[in-house]
Amino acid sequence: MDVVIYFKEEDTKLCGYVEGEIDTFTASVLREELEAVKIREGLEIYLDLSKVHYMDSTGLGVFVAFYKRALREKGKVKLTGLSKRLQRLFVITGLSELMDIETDEKVELSNEGI
Amino acid sequence: MKEFDYIEIRVPAKPQFVSVIRLTVSGLANRLGFDYDEIEDLKIAASEAVTNVVHHAYKENDDGEIVIGCALYNEKIEIMVADYGNSFNFEEIKSKIGPYHQEESIEGLREGGLGLYLMETLMDEVMINNDGGVTVFMTKYVAREQVR
Repeated sequence: MDVVIYFKEEDTKLCGYVEGEIDTFTASVLREELEAVKIREGLEIYLDLSKVHYMDSTGLGVFVAFYKRALREKGKVKLTGLSKRLQRLFVITGLSELMDIETDEKVELSNEGI
Repeated sequence: MKEFDYIEIRVPAKPQFVSVIRLTVSGLANRLGFDYDEIEDLKIAASEAVTNVVHHAYKENDDGEIVIGCALYNEKIEIMVADYGNSFNFEEIKSKIGPYHQEESIEGLREGGLGLYLMETLMDEVMINNDGGVTVFMTKYVAREQVR
């Protein structure tokens, strides 16, 4: 029961891949990793959540905090690859209206069996 | 015969045990015939309730415990999460718990962010008792297709 995140950077893009379960225990790791990201003006950050198999309000809080900092520091954040479950979490909390979120049809299919 | 099966789990109020509760609730819900989405809802609701206790109930005293009681009926699961270490009489506490009053419970729980909101959205019924420790009591019904 863990979460890992790794980054790939190219030019003006930074892609973060998040994998695992995000709850109150694992969130602190994720929070620290995201806080360590250096955001410069115009940086486009993509966070791929297609391998996040569980998330609750703790995880939402982590992403909201990161999103707010990125906006302050003039970067851009987009959350990608959300499963139906994750998408629902963002929709019912109203966050999908405030954040840039992209779902991925293929991901939904591959997550069906979990 | 009793109307329900009762399972009680007691864990230290520490974040590393939240996932243990989540997995247990998932297993129990699976037994009852909840579908994938309902089980995911239950996992989140149970985690939120337990997380809340971990964060707020034991600020100073770190050897506190959380008691989680699950009553399994034919058509529903009732989950109780309490922030004191003693086992409880499930039916006694259930009878004492009143309807949920927004003013009195938000204060304690809202701090955690969206936790209470998610519990209310994902479960069919949520009640909170602030008498002494905080007890969250929530119910979810199996949305089975009618056979008859």
